[in-house]
Amino acid sequence: MEEEINEICSNGSIIRFREVTKVYPLAGGDVRALDGISLDIAPGEFIAIMGPSGSGKSTLLNLMGCLDTPTGGDLCIKGRNTRGMTDEELTVLRRDHIGFIFQQFNLLPLLNALENVQYPLTLKTGGRDCTGRCREVLAAMDLDESLFSHKPGELSGGQQQRVAIARALVNDPEILLADEPTGNLDSKTGTAIMALLDDLNRNQGKTIIMVTHDPAIARYARRIIRIVDGKISSSGGEAAALANVF
Amino acid sequence: MFFDFARRNVRLHWLRSLLAVLGIIIGVVTIVSIGILGNSLVLAISDSLSTVGDSIIVTPHAGGMGFGGGGSTPGLISDRDVEQIRRAVAPQVTIPVYSGSSRMKIGTEDTVGVIYGLKPDDIPILLELSEGTYLRGASSAMVGARFAKNNDIKVGSRISVGDKGSLRVVGILEERGMGFDINPDYGIVVDSRWFEDAFGQDGYDLVIVKVKELTRIEEVKSDIERQLNRRETVVDVIDTRAILDTILTAFGQISTFVTAIGGISLIVAGVSILNVMLMSVTERIKEIGVLRSIGTRRKEIRRMFLYEALILGVIGSGIGGVLSIFGGYAISIAMLQTTEYLFVPSSLIYIAYGIVFGIGTSLLSGLYPAWKASNLNPIEALRHE
Ligand SMILES: Nc1ncnc2c1ncn2[C@@H]1O[C@H](COP(=O)(O)OP(=O)(O)OP(=O)(O)O)[C@@H](O)[C@H]1O
Ligand SMILES: [Mg+2]
Repeated sequence: MEEEINEICSNGSIIRFREVTKVYPLAGGDVRALDGISLDIAPGEFIAIMGPSGSGKSTLLNLMGCLDTPTGGDLCIKGRNTRGMTDEELTVLRRDHIGFIFQQFNLLPLLNALENVQYPLTLKTGGRDCTGRCREVLAAMDLDESLFSHKPGELSGGQQQRVAIARALVNDPEILLADEPTGNLDSKTGTAIMALLDDLNRNQGKTIIMVTHDPAIARYARRIIRIVDGKISSSGGEAAALANVF
Repeated sequence: MFFDFARRNVRLHWLRSLLAVLGIIIGVVTIVSIGILGNSLVLAISDSLSTVGDSIIVTPHAGGMGFGGGGSTPGLISDRDVEQIRRAVAPQVTIPVYSGSSRMKIGTEDTVGVIYGLKPDDIPILLELSEGTYLRGASSAMVGARFAKNNDIKVGSRISVGDKGSLRVVGILEERGMGFDINPDYGIVVDSRWFEDAFGQDGYDLVIVKVKELTRIEEVKSDIERQLNRRETVVDVIDTRAILDTILTAFGQISTFVTAIGGISLIVAGVSILNVMLMSVTERIKEIGVLRSIGTRRKEIRRMFLYEALILGVIGSGIGGVLSIFGGYAISIAMLQTTEYLFVPSSLIYIAYGIVFGIGTSLLSGLYPAWKASNLNPIEALRHE
């Protein structure tokens, strides 16, 4: 049985959905947020997930990030089936292999920029001093040294998102998940952030899955998956998807 | 790191934390002070008891009919019985005692006092002298410390005992404190022969047996009982150590009980910590979501909140521990008018108890909030504003 479950996952995909459903049981009737999703994501892909509001984009991303578990079907991350994993196992998987980037940045308000970046690394390594690596990662995000000691409240949106990306990267995960990473930024700052993500994908081979409403942002991706009502309506290449948009 | 997080959070909400800490401080000071008071009370009582538990006291059997068993007058112990006791307990010392009370006249003052009749040889075994000498001559008397003080009696004073005659005071006794055998502080001690002449009593009121080897108390006690209570119960035999133990146990229990009541204030403090921690959790739902999303495990979230409770507990208990020395001092002065029982290990240990209970209460109060925080659904937490 165990063997069989893992068999499903050993096709080389870094993320694999097999007939995944997600149902939220509500008093007024169940909400079928995802309905039989099957999807393969290869290492190094840059994917944009698009679709109308409420179509299930965030739900899909949260499942990929092991923040939630499917109601049905199989979900594989890095060749491992998440079915039956404990909360602890899922958390460690997330900590070591997945980086999250949010629309709201979601930095920890009590910690300064550098400490925010240090946090996940300390979680993983158990508290060894790691300022060197953290400074490096922060600097690579084009954040000025002088801002390292600033608290999130003292940083602009763009600066906060840079810190957030550095935090997502510090444990060197293979997968980056971004839910509307530019949603709270002006277009110029958004473009700069996208340039960073593009660079991470092209030069460091990070697999990036990003939810966005903005076709101009989606253009950075090399594949676009469209979701409507919890189902994938198209998951073609760049050209096909963008043709749909315009 | 989780500790650091907890510390920052305590500092951020310092007013709230301060109130919680205050609760713990009050709780700790209360139980420690009450605990110290209780302990001091027990110590003070055992100090005021003259007996160290080396005596056996033989009294006529209470409620006994005394049908001439061994020829004793009802309610008294006959010479024959005393001799039997003396033989049974040898080589321990047997001291027969007459006791009574009478009106006395000192100068022109009329009063009532206790009179003990003792053999002059036995007196130094039981009583200590503070002034003058032990009995000399049949009509001499020694006076208890309190009695002497209250009635302004000095060596050389004269006391008339009812219509029995007049006594000359030759010595004042050292204050003895409450005893289970005799309490001469408020009375006088006279020669047993004078007592016999004056009151015409043909039996003793009690017999004291001093046991040198404390370990033999039980043995000596049963020797006496075997000798005298062979056919019927003629005398009651008690040993002072048993009474002492009973009294001290009773007071110990009272003091434990009162301390436990003080513990209620700690429970209140625990509730206030619980409240602070729950506020802290509710306020940081979003933050907990973020922490979880970047790979913080449930147990790590739990630890973070427990540290927060621990910090509050340690600060509160630490300050409480220090303040309770003052609290114990104040309450000792107020209730016992002395602090001599404060700086002794059995009192000071209450500070340790208080600190341990304070920290324990805090951790206990942190358990539920920590559990609650760690079981939040990360997605819902993230979405929380
Ligand atoms: N915790 C939940 N409980 C109940 N229903 C939920 C929950 N989370 C999501 N849903 C429902 O699932 C569906 C998909 O939600 P999801 O957040 O994935 O949409 P989305 O595509 O991200 O929308 P948006 O573009 O507005 O962010 C919606 O109908 C939503 O109401
Ligand atoms: Mg969404």
